[in-house]
Amino acid sequence: MQVGILGKKMGMTQIFDQDGNCIPVTVIQAGPCYVTGIKTPARDHYTAIQLGFEEVPDKKLNLPRKGHLKKAEVKPLKVLREFRVPEDAITDITLGQEIDVNQFKPGDFVDVIGTSKGKGFTGVMKRHNFHGSKSTHGVHEYFRHGGSIGGCTPQHTIKGKKMPGRSGAARVTLQNVEVVQVRGQDHLLMVKGGLPGARNSLVMLRKAVKK
Amino acid sequence: MNNIEQIEKEQMRTDLPEVRTGDTVRVYSKFREGAKERVQPYEGVVIRVKRGLARGTFTVRKVSYGIGVERIFPIHSPNLVKIEVLKRARVRRSRIYFLRERSGKAARLKEIREYQTKKKS
Repeated sequence: MQVGILGKKMGMTQIFDQDGNCIPVTVIQAGPCYVTGIKTPARDHYTAIQLGFEEVPDKKLNLPRKGHLKKAEVKPLKVLREFRVPEDAITDITLGQEIDVNQFKPGDFVDVIGTSKGKGFTGVMKRHNFHGSKSTHGVHEYFRHGGSIGGCTPQHTIKGKKMPGRSGAARVTLQNVEVVQVRGQDHLLMVKGGLPGARNSLVMLRKAVKK
Repeated sequence: MNNIEQIEKEQMRTDLPEVRTGDTVRVYSKFREGAKERVQPYEGVVIRVKRGLARGTFTVRKVSYGIGVERIFPIHSPNLVKIEVLKRARVRRSRIYFLRERSGKAARLKEIREYQTKKKS
């Protein structure tokens, strides 16, 4: 049963497959995760599994967190995240159970959820892929602007108009990412291509929704 | 980063000779032609070696029918069957791109004699 897993993005490299093709991969330090909570339809009106990841010293956690983890009888864990699962899947999962990378195998497709790198306050060209203006033909000091922000009919700017502002540092989901290699012993997972976020940032992996 | 280093080190090949800038090499590489696998030799001068554990590459330049051809090979690719270093030349820089602008006699390199990995046949 593929529940999902939490991991850390380690960085990128490349590996050669059997045909000698060079494949770009991102290495993820994934798990081991522990089941720290199970949401049942009877109590919570939905089904999900809460996984904990990344062992930390006991003193790093506050009392409510410690009390919550005590129920599952697991080590102190820094990150807790929920994964939605079908209703019949929670029957064979117990509190405190270890979940590792071996649920995936090479060739599987996963969705990877991460937090993209923060870019700070950016203009519209970087943030929304606007084209900007011409650099010649009489354009004067108006190269990277977004142009008009509305006409006189609505008498106000439409909500959601794309403008400059804070960009990046948002939740990004990459769908249908191929698993290239799984190393159960080292808890490493290699997926094809790049992932959102910086090195050492948290990523969530789940079974691909659209495959 | 140690994990990544380890992954790359596992893929590195030790059976091929070291290639340096200025070497004249013959590279035998495998490639797929439909269902058949063939080995093709490619001979030329190494004009660049890019390092980096298993990610390294080298570029081999030759002039084929009057047209300059450059091919980039990954140093640790499993598709490389064999590399023969035919000649080794003394070069004073690591990337000898200036060869691209030269042809004929001007494109010669000063050879270091007595160097050959190729078996005498």
